[in-house]
Amino acid sequence: MTVGTAVVNILVFPGFLFLVALGLAGEFVDRKLYARFQNRQGPPWFQPAADILKLFGKENVIPEEADRTTFNLAPVFALAAVVAASLYIPLWSATSLFPFDGDLIVVLYLLLIPTLSFFLGGWYSRSVFATLGAVRAITQVFAYEIPLFVALLAPSLLANSWSISKIAAYYAAHPWLWLVNLIGFGVALVSLLGKLERVPFDTPEAETEIVAGSFTEYSGRRLAFFRLAINCEAIVGASLIAAVFLPFGLGLAPWLGFLVYLGKVLLILGILALLRTLFARLRIDQMINFCWKVVAPIAFLQVLINLVVRELI
Amino acid sequence: MPDKERIVRVPIGPQHPALKEPESFMVDLQGEKISAVTLRLGYNHRGIEKGCEGRTYVQDVYLVERVCGICSQSHSTAFVQAVEEIAGLELPRRAAYIRTLIAELERVHSHLLWLGVAGHEIGFDTLLMYTWRDRELVMDLLAELTGNRVHYGLNTVGGVRRDISPEQVPSILKVVDALEDRTKYYIELAMTEETLAQRLSGIGKLSKEDAVLLGAVGPTARASGVDRDTRRDDPYAAYGELEFQVVTDDRCDVFGRTVVRLGELMQTYSMIRQLVKQMPDGPITVKAPLRIPAGEAVSRYEAPRGEDVHYVKANGTDKPERVKIRAPTLANTQSVAKMLENGYLADLPIVVAAIDPCFSCTDRMIAVKTPEDARTMGWEELVQYGVRWYRERGVDVSKIKMRGDSTA
Repeated sequence: MTVGTAVVNILVFPGFLFLVALGLAGEFVDRKLYARFQNRQGPPWFQPAADILKLFGKENVIPEEADRTTFNLAPVFALAAVVAASLYIPLWSATSLFPFDGDLIVVLYLLLIPTLSFFLGGWYSRSVFATLGAVRAITQVFAYEIPLFVALLAPSLLANSWSISKIAAYYAAHPWLWLVNLIGFGVALVSLLGKLERVPFDTPEAETEIVAGSFTEYSGRRLAFFRLAINCEAIVGASLIAAVFLPFGLGLAPWLGFLVYLGKVLLILGILALLRTLFARLRIDQMINFCWKVVAPIAFLQVLINLVVRELI
Repeated sequence: MPDKERIVRVPIGPQHPALKEPESFMVDLQGEKISAVTLRLGYNHRGIEKGCEGRTYVQDVYLVERVCGICSQSHSTAFVQAVEEIAGLELPRRAAYIRTLIAELERVHSHLLWLGVAGHEIGFDTLLMYTWRDRELVMDLLAELTGNRVHYGLNTVGGVRRDISPEQVPSILKVVDALEDRTKYYIELAMTEETLAQRLSGIGKLSKEDAVLLGAVGPTARASGVDRDTRRDDPYAAYGELEFQVVTDDRCDVFGRTVVRLGELMQTYSMIRQLVKQMPDGPITVKAPLRIPAGEAVSRYEAPRGEDVHYVKANGTDKPERVKIRAPTLANTQSVAKMLENGYLADLPIVVAAIDPCFSCTDRMIAVKTPEDARTMGWEELVQYGVRWYRERGVDVSKIKMRGDSTA
């Protein structure tokens, strides 16, 4: 691979621009489904793109007391980390763009950075609402991140590898074994809801209490970056879950494989939209309790099951 | 580190997405827990009481109706009831029935609106969308019956301005049937949905004693087990001829307030059916004089949010001398501070919303006049001033001994 193709891969396809386009489409799907579940009309397909474009044209306000450097950099870091993570996830083929052993850990690490930038951006906004939102964001990280880790660990135990591509290849070779991981799939979906700060885990940006949480002071371009980061995070998170837990249709022709991949991401986005339709926002203490007392033990149960299955095979 | 330094002061309002009207809640937080709340009214004062004094009774009916966008029938009925009492007018029975019918339809739309707002406050927007969609049915019905979705302009001194035709009866019953179905669904939802129960149960506690002590009214009081409802205790309009139960609950929390409101909706549907069935024939208005004879009256009315009290003093002209309105929210604001004690910040929006507040209805203003010769007085000086003031008017208070006071 030459430097030229690598740059195109990273910036255009399947890197940054492609991911942004997919992210905006994903936001549309989410908003439209959410609206239809709630008996509303929902936005037209170009609404997310129009929102972002409009934000780019808006005035940028930086609070006087804010730390300018962190305030400016946090949104860029969030988006950059998500885009970087996308390079290590196999989308429609069996391998990702730059696969190596242990890329699962790197992806999980990169996907943690957006939440950290929400925290830093909010904390250094120096607004009371942003501070509260930032503290809540960092509080709930530990609650959902560990179940997510454990849930993703379970399939890799069977495949005996930390590489997403190898995990996918293993399950492609053992077609029905993915059914074992269904519990982990559920846990990962719940954790993804927390990562994306969606109902019922949207306490860090609970509108009726703390306005917009970490994003309260953000406007214009920087807010657009944050929103893009969240949109892309949804796609990358869904792709990661699809690659690990739904490993079928990998050996098909590229265009067919791409359609199968889109179908999987749509399915996951649909489930996420359904979940956020069904529930009320949990309080931060209830959220932590729920994640530690219910979700984490279930994730460990999955690990236990996989250990037993590994002995049986 | 002493605790005081760990307190974060969060301004909820006067401008805040949780509040649909300007109002200030200064919340002192320790972590996520509330340690104190300072409430401030007065951002939305419109001077309606004073405005009434400069207008005729006929104009006042419309002005008073605009005290509240949601319980407009409540305020105008409470006002005309007081004026009718002063003027000694006998309300035609058909007019009483029509007033009651619109009042109960208003209760339906108000409670459905509340349910949606409550859903939104706890981040359950699906409930908001569903209830507000269903609420459209009753809004359309109100528009069909009175010409307006809100501010019905139905009441006038001595009766009502529009009759209900026999052709309109089926559409009333149709809406009531549909909404009864939906309400049953919401009751089932409230009883079974896990996150809803988690967010509503056990928060905003108000014991029965506190509810009585702080003068809570309406569903807020009834959810604390206070069996009080003006419609039954002091029947007005057609309520004396209706059969209904006062819904109360012993949970004393926000969940209880939800249950009471949903229960009241079911009672209201049965009341509307009775009203339509029993509606007598006859005139809908009696001739009312433009000049109301001197006198005063207090009128009580059970608005959707609680007891609404209007006081009117007439001086024999066509304009009232004084109109005093006590909206239900004013009676309930005191209990909010109690409910928020030791609560979580996350629960503040729903606890405040649970009394179904209407801030602009309740807003009032205190003007402190400072004359040119204003000065500060110490306690001793103030006592002397008071003694002198009364002595000039022929009362000698210097002989009266106050407890624990040896100097006077």
